[in-house]
Amino acid sequence: MGVNQPLGGNVTVTSLDKLVNWVRKSSIWPMTFGLACCAIEMMATGASHNDLDRFGIIFRASPRQADCIIIAGTVTKKMLPVIKNVYEQMPEPKWVVAMGACACSGGIFDTYSVVQGIDEALPVDVYIPGCPPRPEALLFGLMKLQDKIMQESNSFGSVFGLGDRVSTV
Amino acid sequence: MSNTNRAVEKLQGKYDSAILDVKQDRGDWIVTVKKEYLVDVLTFLKQECKFDMLTDVTALDYLDKAEDRFVMVYQLTSVPFKDRLRIKAPVAEADVTIDSATQVYASANWLEREVYDLFGIIFKKHPDLRRILMTPDWEGHPLRKDYPLQGPGREPYKGRLS
Amino acid sequence: MANNEIMTINMGPQHPSTHGVLRMVIELDGETILKIDPDIGYLHRGVEKLSEHRTYHQTLPLTDRLDYLAPMSNNLGYILAVEKLLGIEPPERAQTIRIIMTELTRLQSHLVWLACHALDIGAMTVFIYAFREREAVMETYELISGARMTSNFFRAGGLSQDVPPEFEKKVRDFVNDMPGYIDTYEGLLTANPIWLKRTVGNGVISAEDATDIGITGPALRGSGVDFDLRRDITYAGYDSYKFEIPVGKECDTFDRYKVRLIEMRESCKIVNQALDRLKPGPVLADVPQVCYPPKDSVYNSIEGLIHHFKIASEGYKVPEGEVYMGIEAPKGELGFYIVSDGSSKPYRMRIRPPSFVNLQAIEKMAKGSMVADLVAIIGTLDIVLGEIDR
Repeated sequence: MGVNQPLGGNVTVTSLDKLVNWVRKSSIWPMTFGLACCAIEMMATGASHNDLDRFGIIFRASPRQADCIIIAGTVTKKMLPVIKNVYEQMPEPKWVVAMGACACSGGIFDTYSVVQGIDEALPVDVYIPGCPPRPEALLFGLMKLQDKIMQESNSFGSVFGLGDRVSTV
Repeated sequence: MSNTNRAVEKLQGKYDSAILDVKQDRGDWIVTVKKEYLVDVLTFLKQECKFDMLTDVTALDYLDKAEDRFVMVYQLTSVPFKDRLRIKAPVAEADVTIDSATQVYASANWLEREVYDLFGIIFKKHPDLRRILMTPDWEGHPLRKDYPLQGPGREPYKGRLS
Repeated sequence: MANNEIMTINMGPQHPSTHGVLRMVIELDGETILKIDPDIGYLHRGVEKLSEHRTYHQTLPLTDRLDYLAPMSNNLGYILAVEKLLGIEPPERAQTIRIIMTELTRLQSHLVWLACHALDIGAMTVFIYAFREREAVMETYELISGARMTSNFFRAGGLSQDVPPEFEKKVRDFVNDMPGYIDTYEGLLTANPIWLKRTVGNGVISAEDATDIGITGPALRGSGVDFDLRRDITYAGYDSYKFEIPVGKECDTFDRYKVRLIEMRESCKIVNQALDRLKPGPVLADVPQVCYPPKDSVYNSIEGLIHHFKIASEGYKVPEGEVYMGIEAPKGELGFYIVSDGSSKPYRMRIRPPSFVNLQAIEKMAKGSMVADLVAIIGTLDIVLGEIDR
């Protein structure tokens, strides 16, 4: 190799943004907030057989400790203010995953009480289709979120108030 | 399937003037009573005929199809005799009230609250008549036939191309 | 804080142990519950209203999503009500497969109940174990219907398609292994001092109160009332199977836990009996005005295509009348009350959800107990908000 590495493989050179992104994507802590049928598949994904822990994804019961919210199920008009409240309590940086047809678009429930997609209220990062999505689909969606986090720039500077985090995807 | 029912005969003997109609549909016995006598009939059925469980309370909306717009429907189950009976009571739109069955069966509490919420039928002497499924400030009663499926003020989704 | 001050706290709808989006406003005197006011409706999706705008066939997928832990039971209740209205009977093979699938559904629903109930009380291991076994049922679902949860498998007059050949072995292996797994759960919980402290004497409700409030299913049997619709107001051919109906004595959370575990063992027996009598044959009744034609004829003949198109676009007409059909779903009596005006859409479909009525008992069960016991009481009632709010 052309570069002389006096310290061997113990040192690696990278940008601060990349380091911060890498740290963030490897420990996504989603909120435990099951709304409907999708919540059961979310639990199945977290339980044995699929095991979310290997991605560093650990469910947190408090919004203050979470940095990702998985909207798993139908959002009703009665529920929407609660979700907004929970979302606002989450510290930055935070991401939203819309899991299932209902959270993406209202699904088959085109009725008086159902919000037609959570993107009417929250900025959604990943949409996962399915009714309900299989655990593999949820895993794929979360991996897409990881890819998205890796592409963000100014993640380091934004921590010190130097501008905003910029998502390039 | 028998042509007579143990409870219906007893009921006809006691409350003949209160009964509007008795019929059998696909094996289910259905007795329609005047709404003024509803609580009496339910009490009688509970005490004398051992219909000890009120399984379900619901309502039907016959908008423009029947003289009395609403019909209350009560499903009774007898645990010892292992049979069922359905009691119906018409409620006119001009006076959307009916006596609450909570004084006879405790299970009527939430079921009647739901009917009040979704149909707007008012239950007299109900201990806690509030909306149960919709938010307290919701306008209208969704399961009425004149309430649009998507709610007032929203067009149904017609697909991407329309 | 002053001594006798009453505190009002809010629990839910975002709470890890309320089994979904249940909200409760609790009045506390110290740790003791004085009054509890459940607030539901956070998942009200308008299924009953929506079904009035859809054909009978299109309504079927809505029923999967009511009690999403027991989709096949919901399918069965709805389909039986529609069949009662139409006056048709499914062929024997379809009947048997229905029983196998609804009993497997009971197993998986009880597995999720056990997992969540134990997790709420603090036993994490049981959660992981029960979800492992549930995966086997999910695989069976996927094998026969293509979907893991929302199966949409039954049809008026039978099933949507026949089961694949490997179905029998898969189910047989599962129900033969299941009693061993249940022994494992019992080994973890039944004699566990923490489990006993949390469940014995907790959430007591007497038989009279339970009947009066309208509780059904394992919660009623846990209170000592021997009533099971599968045996007492039988349906779908359950009268030809031999099974025990467990009944509790002490009316508390522990008895309801025992009742459900025995029920799981009985379900395995029913499935085994049903597998023994599974013979080849048609899985859809020969009623062309209701049932879809076989796929082979749809793809290869114009008559079949027209037949399929007609049912798919217009739906089938259902004779005028009204029926109530109650089945023993895993959580209690699931009733479908359908009023037909002779068209292809239900005039009114009322779903009698077991959890909705069972949840009413929480006021009586939780009054006077500690706030930590409330979590055990919610677990023992085995509620699913999808069918409470509909």
